[in-house]
Amino acid sequence: MGRVAVIDYGMGNLRSVSQAVIHAAQALGGAAPEVIVTADPAAVRAADRVVLPGQGAMRDCMRELREAHDGELLAAVREAAASKPLMGVCVGMQMLLDHSEEQDTPGLGLMPGRVLRFRLDDALQPDGSRYKVPQMGWNRVRQHAFQGGAPHPVWAGVPDEAWFYFVHSYHAAPADAAHTAGSTEYGARFTSAVARDNIFATQFHPEKSAAHGLALYRNFLRWRP
Amino acid sequence: MLAKRIIPCLDVTGGRVVKGINFVELRDAGDPVEIAARYNEQGADELTFLDITATSDGRDLILPIIESVASQVFIPLTVGGGVRSVDDVRRLLNAGADKVSFNSAAVARPELIREASERYGAQCIVVAIDAKRRTGEDLAAKGPGWDVYTHGGRKNMHLDAVAWARQMAEFGAGEILLTSMDRDGTRSGFDLDLTRAVSDAVPVPVIASGGVGKLDDLADGVTLGRADAVLAASIFHYGDHTVGEAKALMASRGIPVRQ
Repeated sequence: MGRVAVIDYGMGNLRSVSQAVIHAAQALGGAAPEVIVTADPAAVRAADRVVLPGQGAMRDCMRELREAHDGELLAAVREAAASKPLMGVCVGMQMLLDHSEEQDTPGLGLMPGRVLRFRLDDALQPDGSRYKVPQMGWNRVRQHAFQGGAPHPVWAGVPDEAWFYFVHSYHAAPADAAHTAGSTEYGARFTSAVARDNIFATQFHPEKSAAHGLALYRNFLRWRP
Repeated sequence: MLAKRIIPCLDVTGGRVVKGINFVELRDAGDPVEIAARYNEQGADELTFLDITATSDGRDLILPIIESVASQVFIPLTVGGGVRSVDDVRRLLNAGADKVSFNSAAVARPELIREASERYGAQCIVVAIDAKRRTGEDLAAKGPGWDVYTHGGRKNMHLDAVAWARQMAEFGAGEILLTSMDRDGTRSGFDLDLTRAVSDAVPVPVIASGGVGKLDDLADGVTLGRADAVLAASIFHYGDHTVGEAKALMASRGIPVRQ
């Protein structure tokens, strides 16, 4: 199973992501991969899989990633996105797209589309209360067909419309609907997971989503795109 | 549809979980990791740890607790109590907390919330507000409403709770944890007027706290108080009810919950 690199570019808290990936890896028993938390471009290049987390403002995340090791970390992430299983989480997912409305920030352009703010300022929920932004809490994720077939293999064993933990004010809007791997209802239906080729990424936090979240990390560690 | 959350609260001091009535008369309620794991199995949506340790020497005892809980329980963890600086946020997040809750320090210097939110993001900055309904001279002078208290509910800061909540959301709080000092520990239900006034006033989620004595109180907090989440301690700690029972009751009253 080899080695998994959780990318540490100095933004926010990676502990919960790395703990959950380690927990998921241990559940794979004898085939458990080694999990490293690293900002070292060489370590990312040597890894078999990459997890790209992200927390806070996208502009700060992009800046830190770009400036780490004189751009070498970003180059290593781009190489990973072209060659091995890569899982993005939260802002780590949003960065994959072309552009975010958050502080008008360009993304990595690894998936066509934009990141938009929830437009719910005056909207009311069915019970008459206002929609809150950030969306914070547990919501259901509908699994979408992948490459015209069954739901993506990273969903294996997770029921359709399972609950996951979200906290975000912005959401992805992929230009190509085929890249939507999961969707969620909050005022309107939005893309809550994306996938293409060797990339899978979620807006929600699998590391905070109890058993279903750990299942997602286990599936990612076994995934052979 | 986003579920309404149920959040058991664990008061921690000296490495143990305790529960007080009106912030006094502490009783030991058990080991934090065991309790956290039990609540996770029952379906708790998040956990809140409130550090009620009075001294800075004892304060750091919560870090190993958060570390051990975070390595075993994969749901969001909030830590509050004695959080004073942006550096406290860093230390708690590094220990495994997902959100950090400010209270007195935010009242003392509101800009602290802006700084913490800009550094770590609104998603991990909670502002806890202890509010008490105005009575006597304050009521006569300012009319009906609630004032913000600090120092464990002993000090009236003469700030209007609704206005304060609104200001904290503007400064970057991602969530408001709203406790009624009048109801805390009384088991007579949330102050629903307070909850609704704040929830309607701010664009961010509001957690109702203080006064839960029965499961219907939790549901009322959502339906009548319009809370996004409800927090309770004693009804869960002492085995009166499980989180699962609470969710079943809320679901039976038409409230979306994660089951």
